[in-house]
Amino acid sequence: MEAITALVKAFLGSLRDLMPIIVVIAFFQLVVLQEPLPNLLSIVFGLLLVVSGLTLFIFGLEMGLFPIGESMAQAFARKGSLFWLMVFAFCLGFGTTVAEPALTAVADEAAEVAAEGGMIEHSAESMEEYANGLRYTVALSVGFAIMLGVLRILKGWSIQYMIIGGYIGVVVLTVFAPDSIIGVAYDSGGVTTSTITVPLVTALGVGLASAIKGRNPMIDGFGLIAFASLLPMMFVMIYGMVIA
Amino acid sequence: MIEWSHFSDTFIGTVSDVLPIVTIIFGFQFAVLRKPVTNLPKVILGFMYVILGLSLFLIGLEMALFPLGETMAVQLTAPEFLQQFRISTSSLDSWKDYYWVYCFAFCIGFSTTVAEPSLIAVAMKANQVSGGSISVNGLRIAVALGVAIGISLGSYRIVVGDPIHYYIIVGYVIVVIQTFYAPKMIVPLAYDSGGVTTSTVTVPLVAALGLGLASTVPGRNPMIDGFGLIAFASLFPIISVMAYAQITRWLNRRSTTEDSENAL
Repeated sequence: MEAITALVKAFLGSLRDLMPIIVVIAFFQLVVLQEPLPNLLSIVFGLLLVVSGLTLFIFGLEMGLFPIGESMAQAFARKGSLFWLMVFAFCLGFGTTVAEPALTAVADEAAEVAAEGGMIEHSAESMEEYANGLRYTVALSVGFAIMLGVLRILKGWSIQYMIIGGYIGVVVLTVFAPDSIIGVAYDSGGVTTSTITVPLVTALGVGLASAIKGRNPMIDGFGLIAFASLLPMMFVMIYGMVIA
Repeated sequence: MIEWSHFSDTFIGTVSDVLPIVTIIFGFQFAVLRKPVTNLPKVILGFMYVILGLSLFLIGLEMALFPLGETMAVQLTAPEFLQQFRISTSSLDSWKDYYWVYCFAFCIGFSTTVAEPSLIAVAMKANQVSGGSISVNGLRIAVALGVAIGISLGSYRIVVGDPIHYYIIVGYVIVVIQTFYAPKMIVPLAYDSGGVTTSTVTVPLVAALGLGLASTVPGRNPMIDGFGLIAFASLFPIISVMAYAQITRWLNRRSTTEDSENAL
């Protein structure tokens, strides 16, 4: 009985989370565009799927992703091997990014932009080569970013100066990078972090910061994702400069 | 109503997304840490829930919201629609004629961010770590407002055609200034919130809006100007989350000073 109440509560919570989208879409469709809602049945069914999916995801988050992220962070802290922790951080960043569908989509589009802009040849081969190069560049940069972020947690460096330094790097690179890569580079920071990577990386950071004496999980634990969205911008601009 | 092949495709897609993560985690767990996972069955069940939940979530979105939202983005930026609702009297299209686009950008940015699963995850963690002083919904609304403002400003940029880097650089300057005045606790979380906002729900709709807008506005190249909305959506939450913390602190201070004045 208790489990059912919890489930119903979670379900209602997810429904509330989705309410704004439903209201916005309905308002623009009915009031602004003044068109009827097509396939009402399929919309309602789809919404039911979305709500149950979100409920399951949050359940799974607390049962699987959060605990494993934290327990691994603690195990690494106990083991005390900096080398393996760095290898793990790099693999986690690289491995989760290289296969990310959103990144593949952006890389393909970017290849088309580059071909139109005359940066590379307008042939399928050179475009694929360019897109793959971009994908590996971003994945490498996310790997380094998570590594750097973990190192920061271990050493207790303050995040402000590192991020501000990164911003200065982005601004300086913007001046030198070819125009057609800038929009892609700025966007690539946002697309790298997927729905499954974010909870895992957050749990890892917070777990590390709570396992190490003298670190505050609030101040030191967060920030890994910030690095993972800043470094790709710089790497992609450098990639654009090298190619051009 | 729902095709089985579609479901299995999405499911396989999610599994292949999770596979590298699972390989890395368990590879390191067994080869490097050499320790059994505590509560392994529960963790595996949790992973199953995550995969199943995410697949259902995506299928539902593709059935119910994405087609509608994407056509909407196209319709709102179509010349006929703009003609019908124009407010400027000159023959040239002024940026003001796109007011429904900005409004849609704001609303869709806000509402999709509130439903973003990875933001929910980070907000839950932040609430737990801060001992409840950062509320889950407060953080989510602050981030969502940031995304909403970011995307509407980004749409305005596409309409007027300014170079993107001026906006981003000004945004950076604001972030740097805020960093020195915001409560120390919030700074890393604010930086993180820039990256978590744009995933499953927001990106497809925002991309459709950007491309639709860049292909309608005369003189814009969709291949070049269509990019950049995501960059706005990941910069402005940093500003809004720090602002949220600053406002909360200011309100708390004011109420405590009022209390002490009353006590006198």
